[in-house]
Amino acid sequence: MERVAVIGVGQTKYGTDKPETFHELVWEVANKALDDAGITVNEIDNVVSVSSDFWDGRTISSMAISDTSGAFGKDISTVEGDGTFGALYGMMRILSGSFGTTMVVAHHKGTESSMSGITNTAFDPLVERRLGLDAVTSAALQARRYMTVSGASEQQFARVSVKNHGNALRNPFAALPLEITVEDVMASPMVASPLKKLDCSPVTDGAAAVILAAEREAKKLTTNRKRVWLKGVGHCTDAFRLGDRDLADTRALKKAAKKAYDMAGVTTEDVDVVEVYDAFSYMEPLWLEGLGFCDDGMGPEITERGYFDFGGKLPVNPSGGRLSANPVQVAGLAGMIECVLQLRGEAGRRQVKGAEVALAHGINGMCGQSHCVWIMGK
Amino acid sequence: MADWKSEVEEVVFPGKICVPYSWTVGSTLSKWYVQLRDDGEIWANRCPSCGKVYVPPKIKCLDCYKDMNDWVKLPGTGTVETFTVVHYHEPGLHPKKPPFVYGVVKMDGADTGLVHLIDVDPDKVKVGMRVKAKIAKERTGHITDIKHFKPLS
Repeated sequence: MERVAVIGVGQTKYGTDKPETFHELVWEVANKALDDAGITVNEIDNVVSVSSDFWDGRTISSMAISDTSGAFGKDISTVEGDGTFGALYGMMRILSGSFGTTMVVAHHKGTESSMSGITNTAFDPLVERRLGLDAVTSAALQARRYMTVSGASEQQFARVSVKNHGNALRNPFAALPLEITVEDVMASPMVASPLKKLDCSPVTDGAAAVILAAEREAKKLTTNRKRVWLKGVGHCTDAFRLGDRDLADTRALKKAAKKAYDMAGVTTEDVDVVEVYDAFSYMEPLWLEGLGFCDDGMGPEITERGYFDFGGKLPVNPSGGRLSANPVQVAGLAGMIECVLQLRGEAGRRQVKGAEVALAHGINGMCGQSHCVWIMGK
Repeated sequence: MADWKSEVEEVVFPGKICVPYSWTVGSTLSKWYVQLRDDGEIWANRCPSCGKVYVPPKIKCLDCYKDMNDWVKLPGTGTVETFTVVHYHEPGLHPKKPPFVYGVVKMDGADTGLVHLIDVDPDKVKVGMRVKAKIAKERTGHITDIKHFKPLS
């Protein structure tokens, strides 16, 4: 199979009060990605946008960014899901043989609407929607289930938040760098038990773009230093209804991870740095178990021991993770960009020394119904 | 982007989208809701292949991908598998004022969980607690015809 590379990346500084429109954010990151790759918009064959119409407050919002994304006179198609799935579609469009390069661009202005109201509309209007569930209350149900099954404590979840907000202090793109303690997290206002305010990611604005290229195009357009290869990918979806799943069972992620590792020909031992989807503190250890970095139920304890710290055996979320910036649907693409920067040795003060294999993970749907896992390398 | 706000006043348009829908409830859930509305009973459907019992009922079994035409009446009791005490208020969205409790209830006779409200003292709710469905007096054929679950005592 032909190889596909990431040849350029761009992201906004993530924030909780960005005054630009989403078109302007797309314009900013598309240009940054083109500059990073050292190419012009003429070299972009097609665009995959990633956004949610409900969040944007308009339908087919990809049509509205055809100009700023560089799609004018070309083709743009949209993924409504996490950016990791947008990259998957972008890669598939290249592998189909139809395109040599794809710009994948995701945008999100979470602060323009109501998180609770928007995420409530993800629930079935025939059943759960009327009960008022949203992303936070459903995550809280999952967090408690995970505690019941694994024996994890709220303090152990808080430790994740302390680590990731601390990592964000070294990332100029993060929205919420914080020097905090487990006690600070525990003392933050209870939102939906067992989740406190500091267990939850902030509502965030921002955009991110990556430029993908077929091997032939990548070698023609860029230098070796810029290229990062998409070595493996896996994706898998679980049941829609929360009650049709055991919320502490990561069976879909396990399948996705196995596919990604097999395709890349690597094991968990080979991975040097991980960007995992920590929309809530408890998600990080839960997904790390599903990804195979520790046994089921051991994630919280191993986190507490510092294994996943920036200076630990396997740095997880050196960017600060979603807990420090969670532009929904942009967030997984931001994780992929962090992996690119780490593999190129361009991650500045948060550089993981000698990173050669990186893993980026994104989720879609309530409580991680669907997962996408990427293995990337030089 | 450069800090343009120092030169230009930031303008914001407030707005709201209100669009009516008439959602088709379909064959399986219509049957479930009519039974709940008219008889005050909670039914589930069962996979003819693996025997798994679903509530709310499903069109097809997740594992077997088979139609499910076997229906079973549930006793209305169950066990709290997980819960959350909600401390924030979203007017127009939340059915109650905080603090209130959502739970996933594993109903007796079913293999799946039902997400619903649990009417319990937030300090006393526990995983494993036995509960029973309270059927609403006035019923319209919706999930809220189950008013909530209450501790069995």
